[in-house]
Amino acid sequence: MFKAFYTVVMRDLLLAMRNRSDILTTVFFFIIAISLFPLGVGPELNTLREIAPGVFWVAALLASMLALERLFAIDFADGTLEQMLLTPQPATILVLAKVLAHWLITGVPLVLLSPLLGLQYDLSSDAIQVLMLTLLLGTPSLSLIGAIGAALTLGLRGGGVLVSLLVLPLYIPVLIFGSGAVEATVSGLGGAGHIFMLGAIFLLSLVLSPLATVAALRVSAE
Amino acid sequence: MLEVNNLEVIRGDRSLFSELGFSLNTGELLHLLGHNGSGKTTLLRTLCGLIKPSQGVVSWKGTNIRRQRDEFAQEMLFLGHLNGIKADLTAVENLRILSRLDGLDVSDDELWQVLEKMGLYGHEDLAVGVLSQGQKRRVSLARLLLSKSPLWLLDEPFTALDKAAVDFLQTVIAEHVENDGMVILTTHQDVGLTTGEVKQLRLGWKKDGDV
Repeated sequence: MFKAFYTVVMRDLLLAMRNRSDILTTVFFFIIAISLFPLGVGPELNTLREIAPGVFWVAALLASMLALERLFAIDFADGTLEQMLLTPQPATILVLAKVLAHWLITGVPLVLLSPLLGLQYDLSSDAIQVLMLTLLLGTPSLSLIGAIGAALTLGLRGGGVLVSLLVLPLYIPVLIFGSGAVEATVSGLGGAGHIFMLGAIFLLSLVLSPLATVAALRVSAE
Repeated sequence: MLEVNNLEVIRGDRSLFSELGFSLNTGELLHLLGHNGSGKTTLLRTLCGLIKPSQGVVSWKGTNIRRQRDEFAQEMLFLGHLNGIKADLTAVENLRILSRLDGLDVSDDELWQVLEKMGLYGHEDLAVGVLSQGQKRRVSLARLLLSKSPLWLLDEPFTALDKAAVDFLQTVIAEHVENDGMVILTTHQDVGLTTGEVKQLRLGWKKDGDV
């Protein structure tokens, strides 16, 4: 079972390395979206510091959604997905492996880039630390929740729009607590409560999302 | 071993077949016949568990296959219309991943040998995307040589293959049936399988020669 998990993670990472433009699209979107705000809003440091958490989290949310479509669609089109469903491995484990690989490819770069981009918003080192922590806790939840939507809309025309409609409402708690934690830290209230909530959302989606995703994949593969 | 009882499958509010029943035992081959659209692929996908029948039961060793997904998957190999291989990976990589997921412990040497047997010598470490249709099919069919599953479900396995590959595949299938394996396949070609029991199942209402 662990071997199967490892095999799928390595497979998806290898595929991403062979097709680097997929990773770069998400990362560049994140960089561009965040860099445009200081240019548009103007160089007023107080304003920038104030909007930073929200901007970062909205950009992370949209970047994550941008990458969702590719999570299962290519495997579905070339038949490897149905073969995976027919292997003697627990399908939840395979789905979890795919989501982990997806997060490593699309989520981790955002976490690593955020301190650099944070400088544009004159964020203090405390705020940057909390921002990284919230992204580290929040982006896996985005990938997990998004997987359900991606699985449900497999093979549908205009699936991309439908995914956003299905998934965005579920993303909102992550957005609120993610940006809330940074704001609370900056204002001196302490963001611990928000961060615990993010952790709870992560654990909940870690348990429930693979089950829902597998059920959706089985329907889509029919 | 494999038993089908009173099976009905509805696709897009049209019943493709109903009250379908048959059984398959070790050392038997079932050749599914029928015109285009008669439900051959749908039947195969129902037998492997991808499609939920609207009525009836497919059972393996006496238990419904939907109650023993992982156990049944261990003993069944399904090759559909889609090759199920990644265009960006090489033939060896594809085969390695597929056999690992099938729970087989296959060494790299074996993988190269199997691909050579499938006539892919010299193409093992090329991205599958640059290979021809027939070569992609051969990569996918190489799984048969590694498989330890007694039941093979093959949907049009001969498409895109050249004559030599068709002959080779026929001997592979014949050998599998001889060794107490089970095969269900659809094809429009005449399959010459001299050994083992060959059953035929005709789907659809049209007669031969009707268009």
